[in-house]
Amino acid sequence: MKTSEEIYNILKEKFGEEVILNLNTTEPIDAIIEVNPSKINEVSKFLRDSEELKFDTLMLLSGVDDANGTKVKDENEIETIQGGTLSVYYHCHSMEIGHKVALRVATPRENPQVQTVERIWRTADWHEREAFDMFGIKFLNHHDLRRILMPDDWGERYPLRKDYVDPEYYNGIKIPY
Amino acid sequence: MGLLDKEFNDGNIVITKTEDLLNWARLSSLWQLTFGLACCAIEMMAASASHYDLDRFGIMPRPSPRQADVIIVSGTVTLKMASRVKRLYEQMPDPKYVVSMGSCSNSGGPYWNYGYHVLKGVDRVIPVDVFVPGCPPRPEALIEGLLKLQEKIRHEKLTKQTA
Repeated sequence: MKTSEEIYNILKEKFGEEVILNLNTTEPIDAIIEVNPSKINEVSKFLRDSEELKFDTLMLLSGVDDANGTKVKDENEIETIQGGTLSVYYHCHSMEIGHKVALRVATPRENPQVQTVERIWRTADWHEREAFDMFGIKFLNHHDLRRILMPDDWGERYPLRKDYVDPEYYNGIKIPY
Repeated sequence: MGLLDKEFNDGNIVITKTEDLLNWARLSSLWQLTFGLACCAIEMMAASASHYDLDRFGIMPRPSPRQADVIIVSGTVTLKMASRVKRLYEQMPDPKYVVSMGSCSNSGGPYWNYGYHVLKGVDRVIPVDVFVPGCPPRPEALIEGLLKLQEKIRHEKLTKQTA
């Protein structure tokens, strides 16, 4: 069993400060290791294959809109967020050793791109599709990045973003109440 | 109800109006489309099962829209599902009836404001005869709704469809 601090130190020694950015211990349950989004696949592979870590399970992969950009109102009083980041959180568990770790990657809101981990944990396939569906985060090298829940003809709209506004109509059906 | 007013006194002859006979036939064998969308569907199944026994009203599930008379929209209709619900309705032969079951199907329910994916009432895509409120409605409530539908069919006119 390793604590998040120990795992953070192992990763930092292996990958350096360019890739393993910091350790956030202010959150109540898990300490969160922040990782460079273009190297998350390599970090994940190491987490899975390393003899002392053996993270064989990805419990959860979820997108988050940090909403930390500047809020801008257009002429119709509709608020949009510009700048800031979208995040992806990874919660890994080792069945064999029994320890857990949480990772976070932050990617710019205007062009959110994260390396895929679907080949490392197959679970991530649909989870990444959901994060793409709800937040528009592009997972690079994902073999089948389509919407998973919303209709295929939904367009370039991502409903769980904080500045999402319902369209008036979808295929001729009025949406607002 | 008009159909059996003359009883069977005259050598097995029943005298009635065509309208009454047709309406009686229709309301006495309402085959519902086997179709569930969410938790309301569980209550609908309970209503069909032995304890509440919808079959005593001649209402039984039919797993094909081509042979169904009534569609019970039981649950949250998402925008993605709306076109499918509409298609199922269109595949049913006339005369056909719609029961909207539960808050979601009636008006969007708990998703009425922030549900980006929910149709705010199934009457936006198909015409509804009876709305059954509840979240979910108990089987008794659904049965009440179906009895209301039967009442509606009983007073249909041949010349003018009201239900």
